Amino acid sequence: MAWTKQILRVNLTEGTVNAEPLNMEWANEYLGQRGLATRYFVDEVDATCDALGPDNKLIMATGPLTGTMASTGGRYSVICKSPLTGVMACSNSGGFIGAELKNAGWDMVIFEGQSPTPVYLHVENEKAELIPADDLWGKSVWETDELLHQKHQDPQLRIAAIGRSAEEGCLFAAVVNDLHRAAGRSGVGTVMASKNLKAVAVRGSKGVGNIKDPIRFMRETADQKKVLAENAVTGTGLPTYGTQVLMNVINELGALPTRNMSEVQFEGAHDVSGEAMHEPRKSDGKPNLTTNGACFGCTIACGRISTVDKTHFSVADKPEYWGNSGGLEYEAAWALGPDTGVNDIDALTYVNFLCNEDGMDPISFGSTVAAAMELYEAGDINSETTGGIELKFGSAEALVAIAELTAKGEGFGKDIGLGSKRLCEKYGKPEFSMTVKGQEFPAYDPRGIQGMGLTYATSNRGACHLRSYTVSSEVLGIPVKTDPLETEGKPELVMAFQDATAAVDSSGLCIFTTFAWSLENIAPQIDAACEGDWSVEKCAEVGARIWQLERDFNNRAGMTAADDTLPQRLLKDAANAGPAEGRVCDLDQMIPQYYELRGWDSEGRLTDETRSRYGLPA
Amino acid sequence: MKITLKLYAQLGDLLPPDALKNQANIEVAEDVSLNEIIDRFKVPREWAHLVLLNGTFICDTDRDQRGQLKANDTLAIWPPVAGG
Repeated sequence: MAWTKQILRVNLTEGTVNAEPLNMEWANEYLGQRGLATRYFVDEVDATCDALGPDNKLIMATGPLTGTMASTGGRYSVICKSPLTGVMACSNSGGFIGAELKNAGWDMVIFEGQSPTPVYLHVENEKAELIPADDLWGKSVWETDELLHQKHQDPQLRIAAIGRSAEEGCLFAAVVNDLHRAAGRSGVGTVMASKNLKAVAVRGSKGVGNIKDPIRFMRETADQKKVLAENAVTGTGLPTYGTQVLMNVINELGALPTRNMSEVQFEGAHDVSGEAMHEPRKSDGKPNLTTNGACFGCTIACGRISTVDKTHFSVADKPEYWGNSGGLEYEAAWALGPDTGVNDIDALTYVNFLCNEDGMDPISFGSTVAAAMELYEAGDINSETTGGIELKFGSAEALVAIAELTAKGEGFGKDIGLGSKRLCEKYGKPEFSMTVKGQEFPAYDPRGIQGMGLTYATSNRGACHLRSYTVSSEVLGIPVKTDPLETEGKPELVMAFQDATAAVDSSGLCIFTTFAWSLENIAPQIDAACEGDWSVEKCAEVGARIWQLERDFNNRAGMTAADDTLPQRLLKDAANAGPAEGRVCDLDQMIPQYYELRGWDSEGRLTDETRSRYGLPA
Repeated sequence: MKITLKLYAQLGDLLPPDALKNQANIEVAEDVSLNEIIDRFKVPREWAHLVLLNGTFICDTDRDQRGQLKANDTLAIWPPVAGG
């Protein structure tokens, strides 16, 4: 359905649950999900609040196309202020719970305050209640999922939960839904834990409604599914190899950050690649990859379902990990593999399982372990600090041991849970932290892909590839090929990607559709479903408005132009191999023009004219 | 002269049988063009989407040019792929 026009407000301090109408004026300006939830958030939350205090709020929001028959229409986002970065957190997830929430009749749920004791929210269509969760506290996401299914005796119940890492204060904890899909980044799970909210369990059976022009919507969505099916990337490449096909591409390009971003190519890249996931292993002749998987309504199905080799040291005595579960995707595989120097695909798959089981962002986890490995090798920490773990680059045993500790917040895992920035500061080497605004980098070295440098530096949630994935253009030629080593034209490119992405993230659709679709394909689907006029131009304008709103909040939270930067390693130390050898990221050449295009002053603040142009709140 | 040919994703099966980890050392003439290698290994032209010579992208209009390759170069080819 398009907007249900109903939101659920849950006051955890008071223990109350109330329905209220959706603000349709805001829906017209911010569409849904990321944009609309951010509009509510900035209206209700003081930007300077303590991210882990009662004044922060946490919003789970769907888009107008979530739960519809549009391909990939199963997305939802979790919005709050991040404890990792101190700025906007907005993490997007697939799976099934977003569509379920919509089918229960809700566009979004706003959680406010802090519950005095652990609770979970149970939603069954219009009935919503907070239920004590003392028995669930201390359990993993997977245990919580099983216990709630048993308790409610409903196999179709959809569950999002936090794991033990979040309860123990890990700053990059995720909200995991449907066992292995996650709103992963920026510590949204940590905020959920701070509210004593263990899980959200949803059952919706109301079906689809409120579509503006159902016949046109059916025609548009069918036409656009055909485009996805016939496109080589979304029709063949992603289902077969998943995002992991990028491992060898980015390595060949000399932009694969290796050993805490000190190098740009990894000799073991092939061993942990999408191709390697298809190769039969020696022990049982089976490949790592069992099958692909799809989220709600998705006709791409890029998800990986994998097993770990039963004879591998990590699981040999743990039969509970021998079954199929969510496998490696590129960013996770990179952070757990090349960035730590580990080329053991079974160790990576097992650690990925742990990240799902106890709700850790594998990007931040792997990057933080990489920073810890550099601290260890430089002698800033030792085996006494780590509790006996020899934390050397390339050690699969160390990676596995640290993951088991971090998942439960035990021993040195507690330090890893601080994230890379705070860990490196604690041990006196802030320069070892590969972060922007406190958030760890994903899998593209901006010395070899210059546009990604600007992407990271200006991202509204700290280092992130999903705010403007210019890799599409600079590497893959989608929609047009640009030179990855060139800085000219990148401010325009980054801005266009940021705006379009913000619109897609607000629709309920998956950003991966944009390997085949542009707003030209997406806007007609929104327009057929939603009240109002949703042209390509309006969608782009809504995207730009969302970007400005997020930036404005971040400025009020204390971020300045000085925070729009990269670690010195990427600005001063040249790449040591590949086509980018001798290059640094020339961020200074891109930032001034980017600010000008955005309508910001030299301090990175919105000018009055910009504020008025987008109709932003004062 | 010898060069390294890497074929990835669905193209991996087109490599010679002795290929390991999606790469093989092959013998080519000094003035060979990239498209001649692409054709020799039966890579459909429309599937030679991302063509990297020593990591640098070579666009399809430059793939008939001779004299681009030297001994020990690496030619890596992908069909249309994406991720993220």
